[in-house]
Formats: sequence, structure tokens, C-alpha cells
Amino acid sequence: MADYTTYTTGEPVTDTKAPTGPVADRWNTRRFEAKLVNPANRRKHTVIVVGTGLAGGSAGATLAEQGYHVVQFCFQDSPRRAHSVAAQGGINAAKNYRNDGDSVHRLFYDTVKGGDFRARESNVHRLAEISVEIIDQCVAQGVPFAREYGGLLDNRSFGGVQVSRTFYARGQTGQQLLLGAYQALSRQIAAGNVELHSRTEMLDLIVVDGKARGIVARDLVTGKIDTYFADAVVLASGGYGNVFYLSTNAMNSNATAIWRAHRRGAYFANPCFTQIHPTCIPRTGDHQSKLTLMSESLRNDGRIWVPKAKGDDRPAHLIPEDERDYYLERIYPAFGNLVPRDIASRAAKNVCDEGRGVGPGGQGVYLDFAEAIARMGRKAVEEKYGNLFDMYARITAENPYETPMRIYPAVHYTMGGLWVDYDLQTTIPGLFAIGEANFSDHGANRLGASALMQGLADGYFVLPSTINDYLARNPHTEEIDAGHPAVTEAVAETEDRLNLLLAVDGDRTPDSFHREIGELMWEFCGMARTEEGLRKALDRIPQIREEFWRRIKVPGTGEQFNQSLEKANRVVDYLELAELMCLDALHRAESCGGHFREESQTPDGEAARRDEEFSYAAAWEFSATGDAPVLHKEDLVFEYVHPTQRSYA
Amino acid sequence: MPSASSVVSMALATRTDRRPSMTRTLWDSSVGKKTIMAVSGLIMLGYLAVHMLGNLKIFFGSGEFNHYAHWLRTLGEPFLHYEWALWIIRVVLVAAVVLHAVSAYQLSRRDLRARPTAYVHKKARSSYATRTMRYGGVILALFIVWHILDLTTGTVHTGGFQPGHPYQNVLDTFSTWYGNVIYIVAVLALGLHVQHGFWSAAQTLGVGSATRDRVLKTLANLLAVVLTAGFVSVPVAVMTGLVS
Amino acid sequence: MKLTLRVWRQQNAEAPGAMATYEVDGISQDMSFLEMLDTLNEELILGGDEPVAFDHDCREGICGACSLVINGDAHGPERTTTCQLHMRSFEDGDTIDIEPWRASAFPVVKDLVVDRSSFDRIIQAGGYISAPTGTAPDAHATPVPKPDADSAFEHAECIGCGACVAACPNGSAMLFTSAKVNHLNVLPQGAPERETRVLDMVATMDDEGFGGCTLTGECATACPKGIPLPSITAMNKEWLRANRKVRR
Repeated sequence: MADYTTYTTGEPVTDTKAPTGPVADRWNTRRFEAKLVNPANRRKHTVIVVGTGLAGGSAGATLAEQGYHVVQFCFQDSPRRAHSVAAQGGINAAKNYRNDGDSVHRLFYDTVKGGDFRARESNVHRLAEISVEIIDQCVAQGVPFAREYGGLLDNRSFGGVQVSRTFYARGQTGQQLLLGAYQALSRQIAAGNVELHSRTEMLDLIVVDGKARGIVARDLVTGKIDTYFADAVVLASGGYGNVFYLSTNAMNSNATAIWRAHRRGAYFANPCFTQIHPTCIPRTGDHQSKLTLMSESLRNDGRIWVPKAKGDDRPAHLIPEDERDYYLERIYPAFGNLVPRDIASRAAKNVCDEGRGVGPGGQGVYLDFAEAIARMGRKAVEEKYGNLFDMYARITAENPYETPMRIYPAVHYTMGGLWVDYDLQTTIPGLFAIGEANFSDHGANRLGASALMQGLADGYFVLPSTINDYLARNPHTEEIDAGHPAVTEAVAETEDRLNLLLAVDGDRTPDSFHREIGELMWEFCGMARTEEGLRKALDRIPQIREEFWRRIKVPGTGEQFNQSLEKANRVVDYLELAELMCLDALHRAESCGGHFREESQTPDGEAARRDEEFSYAAAWEFSATGDAPVLHKEDLVFEYVHPTQRSYA
Repeated sequence: MPSASSVVSMALATRTDRRPSMTRTLWDSSVGKKTIMAVSGLIMLGYLAVHMLGNLKIFFGSGEFNHYAHWLRTLGEPFLHYEWALWIIRVVLVAAVVLHAVSAYQLSRRDLRARPTAYVHKKARSSYATRTMRYGGVILALFIVWHILDLTTGTVHTGGFQPGHPYQNVLDTFSTWYGNVIYIVAVLALGLHVQHGFWSAAQTLGVGSATRDRVLKTLANLLAVVLTAGFVSVPVAVMTGLVS
Repeated sequence: MKLTLRVWRQQNAEAPGAMATYEVDGISQDMSFLEMLDTLNEELILGGDEPVAFDHDCREGICGACSLVINGDAHGPERTTTCQLHMRSFEDGDTIDIEPWRASAFPVVKDLVVDRSSFDRIIQAGGYISAPTGTAPDAHATPVPKPDADSAFEHAECIGCGACVAACPNGSAMLFTSAKVNHLNVLPQGAPERETRVLDMVATMDDEGFGGCTLTGECATACPKGIPLPSITAMNKEWLRANRKVRR
């Protein structure tokens, strides 16, 4: 078997859809140049949308409003449960309602810089432009954003920026935005424009004559495997953070839709760019099934510290002020506790590695509200963060109003994803990827409150404009025959895979393999990565995969509701995706954003980018399981925001 | 093939279906039926309050009590014919009872259908008054039948029913043990029924709110206690010989 | 901790169900209730048995997927979602009964998993504001008084878990329906569809086979998000108003 690490470099991949010219005009230009579909013809086009989160829900609703026939899928029992629902903090928009110097250009600048110069300028500028429309749209839908006494919208600031541009609904912004999209989608379902398949999971993509023409999906209740055909397929299936087993993702969030699309020819870009969120509740033991995020907004008023001395295990209130190290305020005086996520996470890891961590196993740092409570009063703190404090108390049985919270970084978001062009189209014509499933806007690190912005920008505004172009250029093609070899092959592959999982009858559970690959990834492809560690992981992954197919045990049958089978099938894909993530991390011998290679750091321990060699997006082409993929580079050009060493000091 | 305009209008389709009448909607909807129960319940409650106050006249002796009973028949004269006012009240009350009972029956059937399989782990939760609304209602319905047969028509009256002599009839009824038992049980059931029913009617009619809740609950309790005490005082007075 | 679990097992919607008894050992106080069930399921799988099916996803108390009746209480003894219930709420040696939501409008799919699509259909009947993408005026065009915005938010917090239905002795969905009606009807943006929204949502609620409300208050007690009982009163008021107004 060929060594997986001996990848070859193929032709560069270029984004042929992005217009040139002034960055501020590009989106208008593209919208004008894109071909349109006559309203009368839209009804004849079917678009499949996989996922009902912020991106999928808003896209499904908007495409249906435009007159397309939408067939939408979610594995949850209701579209309202997609994991966007769990986003807490807020959504950015360059409204400048605070008159604090914000603008579209500043949001654009902050996002490119925050992404450590690994995102496309064109995309990011478009995102900043659309951000203002998103707020208008959501307010019109009845999203109950926080308001001030005058009845106008309130804003707060978020990590990595110096303006207040984040709109929020207490600590449940994601929930409220998702319900807005869900309600818009519900309206279209009632109108008969959207055909919804809940508890139905996409297991493969159907590509006919080089174009995405449908999906293979399993009804999770009956176990029936069906095919669905369309003129275009939109993946809005979210990120792949669950490769790490423990993450802030929902238990059932998975990578199967994008990984299966990747196997069918869609390039996978920057898989190693994962975001480790600094403010999560530390784990309590081996039974831990997932990690819970505490909104980054807590860093607005909470102060992060650890004891100055190693191994100081006194309770927090017995450690005097002068023996505390408010390390973020010390190292980054300008941004203090509000540095971007990657920096805050790494700093926490560093102090814990020094032996100054707090709590069980020394895997935690304090997030202290004593000063905020003294300054604002307990009532004001309660008003602002009450539900987060309650959640913390519920999980840890500690009262955060009295003892400082303990937090530790955890996997939260994946900036990488399917490679898409300016139109959000993957390398498979007719296959689009939106939201966290694509790679396009956040570079190597995502700023807080930008995921909701991107998901909704893609779903409400970008995709509905750009997909017209594809559909207009590919007018209603001939009906797909269920007997087409591409269809029967995809169905057979899916059935074979599930049957094999059921047939092995080994002695290990799907969860045990998931946990094993997750721990391996956290150790070697987590917050800090080294060539040595990544090579170790790359040696180990094929072994785990081999063991998986020898020892997996899945009870029950395929013709029933079978959660073990669902899980095992998702783990199959994690075991392949993990390998690509490690390879991508290994090949990118620089540090940037969330990707920190210990070999590439500045003398004071900050991430050192190597722009001459790595100013590109790495788009990987699949060859075969375990075989070296092909690397296609997309060069990144910075005309407006010139790459500098990020400084938050 | 649909024309361009029809496609567009489909996309923007709004609900244009004709709605059924207000009465139809009231009767068909669970919320509407609750409204019917609330209104009919309040009518009966108003009647009961007056009825209870009238009953208390028994403490002023047979002359005054019988005179009051006769006056009820002449109410509204000369505009109304003899006993017409009483019949109007009776018709309204029968309508209220029927609407209340039919709605309750239909809603109960809906409620029971909504939970076809019971929980294995049973747990009593809500207040006694709330849980006993249905049984209490049935007890009250049966009581009303007996009460009318006993003191209005005299069909099941013991001791020789004398039309026009309610004072004596009341004494007769409460001089039997079962007359007292039936009456007191029914009045206690009424108290419980009113306690939850009055507050519940306020919620159904949308007059409750978080700030008004304490007032409404106190009022419900007060009504329940006053009605119970007022009605119970008569058999107790007869039993103790205060009224004879 | 060592526990005895009595769990409702039902192969599918048609099959009859029954309680099955399992012993679990080595349960930590810090485990969530669902992690305790994970432990049981790992043992069941290795023993060749089918694991207990239950709905769960975010495990942060916000998606509304988890749905267990524990010892007769929807979401168990604490006022929270099942996923946020921790084993420290139980004692070593306890026997715990675990059942699915029981309502004819929530048919059992398997074991502890039920079908709550009836909730989706209630929303589809009018639980939205018609604001097609691209039609919105500036967000500040219509100020919303803070009390109204706060009230809308309070009701919008509903996670659609169905605990209200599970806890209600009548299997009524009034609290769920009222939460959405009040969220949208209190906002100026929701005003144009105010009447049709409440009438259509209540009609659909009835059609789906939910029971009527007898104001027992069980729903509000079980609600993990604290949707208050007066929410139902407010919807009744909206409904009566709408029934008068819509035909004018």
C-alpha cells in the first residue's frame, strides 16, 4: 500500500467565479453577471438541501420563496433541532448602530486579519456587506434580539475586535436565529414548496455525467435506503468537529455528507483548520460524552487567571490578588481577555502545561466575575449572563457567583470544509456547500459571532443568487433513471457498507472506536501540532481502521431504527477524515490561526506564519481509502488587507 | 403547464380559504369549548350566589322564607306573567348546564384519547380541586337531578311534599340522614369545583395575568368558602335544631 | 453508585411495549443522566442486545431532542432538560423508572423515542411571520418597546421538547402553542398575521389529537425553559379576540 503521506501536487485550483475589480463592487458585479432562471421555470427545478441549520434552513426557505421545488433533509426529528440552535453569543453585523467607527470595511478587515490571512478577500468582503441585511431580515421575521429601553437593538463586543457590532438574544442567539429560519422554512413546507424529510440521513452523493444529481439517504425510522434526484444538491450539513469525539458539537453532528461528497470528487479544503474554543466547561471524567461551551461573551466581563505558582492548589478565594496571574491581560494589554479564540486557547494550554492549571487534573483556568459583580452589581451580571451561569451551576454543581468558573479549551468549529468557489459551488458541478460545511470565509481562525453571520449570509443571500447561474446554464436536464449505473452503484455501496457493519459482529462498540480516534486527534492534531506527533497519528489511524472492520459490533438489523448502526457508519467516515486532517496539518509546516505547529513560532511563542510558502488554501482530492490524496493549491491574493504578523498586544 | 403568473402566485400564495362562523369555531375548537364552559360556569356561579343568599332567609323563619319563595314567582310582574321570570331563569340555567356538561363530556373524551397509554410510574401532582373537576362535575349533575326531584317537583321527597311550603319541605329533607349526607357531599364538591373552576374560567376568558393571579386565586378561594359555608349552614341549622 | 433501571422497551410503533429491568454499576455523581444511559447501552451492545433507543443531540439543554419521563416526571426531578440532569440528583441504590413521552399525538417510534412532528405541523399552520428574504426594512425602522421584546424572547425560548404535553394529564399542547403565539403576536412585526396565526395554530393543535387544557399547571412546572402558565391565558385572550375580529 502506498504511503498516505506521499501525496502529489496537482494542478492549482482557481476560483473562476469571483469577479475582479474593486473588492466592494465584486458581489454586485457577480450578481449582475450571473444568469437568472425565469420565474416560470423555477418550479421545474428541484434542489436538494441537506441540513436544516442556519445555512440549510435559510437556503431552503429562500429557494422555495423564489419558486424552486426544494427537497430538504435532516437527521433530527425536527428541523428546529439542528445544532445552530446551540450557538450562544451573537451575530456580527457592520451596522455601526453604536457609532463607534464600525463599517463594512472594518468588519472585512477584522475578519481577514482574525482568520490569519488564510481566507479569500472577495468572500469575506461579501460577507461583511451582507451582514447588515441579515439583521434586517431576522428582525422582520420576529427574532427577539436584545433591545435597549428606547426600543432599539442592543450590541455587545466580542473577542478579537474593538467595536460593538454583535447582536444577541441573551445567551441564545443561535436558537433565536435558527427558529427564525425554521419558521420561514415551515411556512414554505405548509405552502407545499418544500418537501421535508426529517429523521433521514444522507449517506452518499449521486454524480451522473460529472454533475451532482441526487443523494442516497436512509430513513432512520424504517431503515429504508432511498434515492432522491434533483438538478442541484446543496450540502449544509455543518462541520466535522466530532472527529475529536469530545467537542461542543451535538452528539449526532457528523461528517458523512461532506466526506461522501469528497469521496465522489469534491475537494476538501484546509481540513486541519479547527477552532479550539477557549471557554468550555472542563471535563469531569472518562464518562464525558460531550463538552459544553460557555459563550465567549463571558470574556467581556470575566477575567481569566491562574495562580502564579505551580501546583498552587488552594481554593480560588484563598489565593491573594498578588499571587494571581491574569495572563491574557499581562501578555496582550491592548486586547486583554478579548484576544481571538486561538490565542486565548493556546495561552490556556500553555499555563496548564506549565503546571499552573486549576481543578481536577490541572486542566482548567479561572474565569472570574468577582470584579464584574463588584463593579456592575450582581443583578446586572445576572441580567447579562444569567442563563450561562445557571448552565454552569447545573453541570458543575458550583455557584459561579461565588467561586470563579473553571474553563478549558475544547474543539468547537471547523474552518475547513468542502472547497467552494465564489458561487459556493464545489468542484463537482451542481454540488454546493454552505455554512460550516464549506471552507470559504474564516481562513485559519473564525472570529466570535461570525459563524451565525456566515451561515445566514450563505443561506439567505449568497446561494439563492448564485445557484440561479448554475441552474440557468444547466436547464432542466433529462430525468434520472433509477437504473442508471451511477445510481445503482451508489446505492449498492451504501447497502454493502451497512451490511458489513452489521455482519462483523466483533467485540467493540462504535463509541469505543470513536473515543479512540478522538483521543488520538486531540493529542496529536489538537491545540499544538508537531511533525513527530502527526506522523505518529498517521501511522496509527490505518491500524485503528483495520481494527474497526475486524472488531466492530453493531446489534440489530438495518431495517429498523438502529442508533448503533447510525453511529458506526459515521465513525467509518471519521476514520478516513482524521487521516486527511493529519496529513493537511503535517504538510502545512507553518503556524496560522487555529493551526499551531510547534516548529513554527516566534521567539515569544506566538504563531509564525510562513506566507511565502503557505499563502494558499489546500484543496485535497480523494483517491482511495488509505491512498495518498492529491493536493491542489488555491493561491490567496491580498490586495486590501496586507498580511502582517497578527498582533493583539 | 402553469403559466408564469400562476407560478409566481403559487409562490406567494396566501390563505384565502373561507373561515367557518364564529359559533362554529367556538364549538369546534378546544379553546372555544372551554370558553363555553367558562361562560356557562360563570352563569351558574352567579345563580348559585343568589340562590345561597336566598337560602339564608330560612334563618328568619318560615313566613319570610315562604314569602321569598313566592316572590320569586311574581318576579318581573306586571311586565312579566306569573312565574315567567322563574321559567326564563330555568331555561337559561338548563341551557348552561347542558352546554357545560356536553362540553365537559366532549373535552374529557378528547383528553382521554390524547393519552391512550398511561404512565407506568404514577404520580399525583396537581391540586385536589384540579384533579377532581370531572368527578365533582358528575356528582353535581346527579345532585341537581335529585335536588329538583326532591324540592321542586317533590317526586322523591319524603314526608309529604307541600307545594308552596318550601320551609317545611326543607325541614323534611334535612331531617333524614341521607338527605343531609347527599346535600353536604354535593356542596363540598361544589366548593372544590368552584375553587378551580372560577380561576380556570378567568384564564380561559383571558382575564388572568401574572400580576392578577393572586387576586383571582384569592377570589376563587373566597367564593368557594362562602358558597360552601352558606349552603351547608342550612342543613347544619336544621340538624342542630336552630331552624325547626 | 449502583442503580436499578426500569426502562420502557418497545420495538417499533406497532409492537407492544413493556418495562424491562437493568442493573447499572459504577455510576458517577458527575455523570449526566444520558451518560448514565450511555453506560448501560455500551454494556447492552457488548452483550449482543439492542441498546435502549432515546432521542438526544446537543446535550446542552437547547435542542429539545431529549425526552424522558423519569419516575413519572417529564425530564426528571429537576427543572431542566434530561440531558442537563445529573446523577447527583439520585441516591445509590435507587430504582429509576424511565418512560417515553406518552401522548397519542407523539406516537412511540422505538423504546423512548417518540415522533413529535405534530409540533412541526402546529408551527407550519402559522407559527411564523411572512417576511420573504430580501423584503425587510432596516432593523431600526420599527423600535420595539423593551418589555415587549423581553416578553417575546421569554416565549421564544421554548425548545419544542414536548415536556408540557408529557406532563399534562390531558396530553395538551397548549403551552407549546401559546409560547409561539405569544412570541410572535406581541411583536409589531407579527401584527398583520396576528388573528390567523392563533386561530390556525389552535385548530391544528386540536386536529393533531392533543387534549384540551384544564389548567392543571403541570406543563409550566415541567417546562425546562420556564414558559409560564399565564402564557396560556394570553393565548386564550388572543384566540377570543381573533375569533371576533377575523370576520369583521
